[in-house]
Amino acid sequence: MSKPSTATTSRFTVGSFLLYSSLFLLALFFLMPAYMAVITALKPPAEINLSTAWELPSKLHWSSFSDAFSLLKSNVVSSVILTVCATILSTVLGSLNGYVFSKWKFKGSEFIFTLFLFGMFIPYQVILIPLFQTLRAMNLYGGLPGLILAHVVYGLPITSLIFRNFYSQIPTALVESARLDGAGFFSIYTRIVFPLSIPGFVVTSLWQVTQIWNEFLWGICLTRHADNPITVGLAQLAGGQAVSWNLPMAGSLMAAAPVLAIYIFLGRYFIRGLLAGSVKE
Amino acid sequence: MREASRDRLKAFLTLLPSIILIGVFVYGFIGNTIWISMTDWGGDGALALEPEMEFVGLANYSDLFTGFLSSGFRQDLVNAVYYSVMLLAGAIGLGMFIAILLDQKPKGEDLLRTIFLYPMSLSFIVSGTIWRWLLAPQGGVNVLPTYVGLPPLTFQWTSSTKAVLEFNWQNLLQIFLYIAAFALIIIGLWVLKTRPHRAVKLWLGPGVVIGLFAWLGGSLLPQALFMEETHGFNLATLGIIMATVWQYAGYTMALYLAGFNGISQDLRDAAMLDGASTTAYYRHIAIPMLKPITISAVIILSHISLKMFDIIFAMTGPDNAQTGHPALSMYMTTFRANDFARGAAIAIVLFMVAAMFIVPYVVSQYRQRTRG
Repeated sequence: MSKPSTATTSRFTVGSFLLYSSLFLLALFFLMPAYMAVITALKPPAEINLSTAWELPSKLHWSSFSDAFSLLKSNVVSSVILTVCATILSTVLGSLNGYVFSKWKFKGSEFIFTLFLFGMFIPYQVILIPLFQTLRAMNLYGGLPGLILAHVVYGLPITSLIFRNFYSQIPTALVESARLDGAGFFSIYTRIVFPLSIPGFVVTSLWQVTQIWNEFLWGICLTRHADNPITVGLAQLAGGQAVSWNLPMAGSLMAAAPVLAIYIFLGRYFIRGLLAGSVKE
Repeated sequence: MREASRDRLKAFLTLLPSIILIGVFVYGFIGNTIWISMTDWGGDGALALEPEMEFVGLANYSDLFTGFLSSGFRQDLVNAVYYSVMLLAGAIGLGMFIAILLDQKPKGEDLLRTIFLYPMSLSFIVSGTIWRWLLAPQGGVNVLPTYVGLPPLTFQWTSSTKAVLEFNWQNLLQIFLYIAAFALIIIGLWVLKTRPHRAVKLWLGPGVVIGLFAWLGGSLLPQALFMEETHGFNLATLGIIMATVWQYAGYTMALYLAGFNGISQDLRDAAMLDGASTTAYYRHIAIPMLKPITISAVIILSHISLKMFDIIFAMTGPDNAQTGHPALSMYMTTFRANDFARGAAIAIVLFMVAAMFIVPYVVSQYRQRTRG
């Protein structure tokens, strides 16, 4: 209130006008798909029309969500089982690996770590055929266990990387003094490293949940219809020729909801995982 | 000491299952795919438990690149190259631009950051489904101008059959040489300031020689095909590029924003005191300082664009030739047409392209770690 008037006028310079108007336009562009998905999902099918696609529904029509849910129910169940199992297994293994890679380095451990990292960057098409064959030979093709195995194995590079970077922040002196006190490999892990790992587990499991929930290529190549994850279910729902767009839009919102909720409520950890995934050291 | 060596053994044994899994599932499988790509596995008995396979050498590869009936794959490959380049330029350019805007600390910065980054959390299938609806012909984005009194757009975002920047596949060798020359000269100019001798001897000189040779002797080079075959940038891919940029610009924004925040305020104040404008500060100080971030963004986005499958599948379906991509045709060839050998060859081509920049990157990361 008592600020000098020069300060208030200088806030409305050409520069800040440009800044805010570009941010406003960009925000509109980024929100456009979300707006379109929400309004289309809330329209009755008869009201969906290319020329009025941008207009708000005349009255809210919620049944698209229940219709889409009944179509995608088994996919949701598969995805939940898949995501929970694969995330737990790959984070626990990644935590142990990260512990070794950061606190028990041996000759060649950096080299092995590099070989792990490379696995993160391969296009998965290159391992798809042998993976398909191996799962078939192990009698794991078509169901969830095979898909879980794939997610655990190919999740190891990133989970080991995140935990390795996380554990390198734990002072080595702490581990050394525990060793002098007679603690061994596993008791150092269970008594010192693991209790300090909660944020590491949060970051890594959020990353894994996001990746596994959103994955499509393995879902479509390695599972039979009964065990298709949500992404495959959604692709089938939206892929038909004469789609009424309210259903795929409602399905999209449902498929996006869990991960969006993570992002909105635990955004800080989500972003940390994102940055850790870019191999910034 | 005994105790210590037992602990070391325990550490190694803890790692062992993962080493075996990665060894088999990554390296073993890559080797297996290379082997499959050199066989004739496919056709009727492809799905038998003991399929009949014969070694055919590089026949699958030469067919992909020069075979009469494989022009579809070649177009997919060209699409992938244009797609990668445009995605890189778009996502890095837009992400950096937004990061610079947010670095000015506008009001509501947190909310804006949330808005720009949320697409990153979505599945490609979800965003592809929504963008397919947004880019519908006669609908979606195309009708937006009518709300401000302009005529609607008529662009066919995902089904246009127009192509631009066309070239003749016959001259493949010449084109490769041009690209090599261009890359050498760019790297040469990059290191010219720090190590001029090395730059001229290792990069600029060879670059100019190769470039001149391709220009003057191009017609003497062997031709890849016996007849003309043009490929170009399909305008139909623009819709997919737009959707992917929408999804990934927030990611590069997050990377750059973290980087900008890491630059000390003192440095910025000092630059401003010396009379640097905001533009000059970013151009000459901030962005050059974030070169490592730019490099990892390039690596990660290129790797993503090469394996890009889901969003194309969701937006144009698997059968749209206009927006084809090797990542998609690999799936189609292998699992729809049961032509495993050819699918494996496509996968290996993708892998080779990816390895060109992943291997140097991973190696340099390794060197940094062992040095530090």
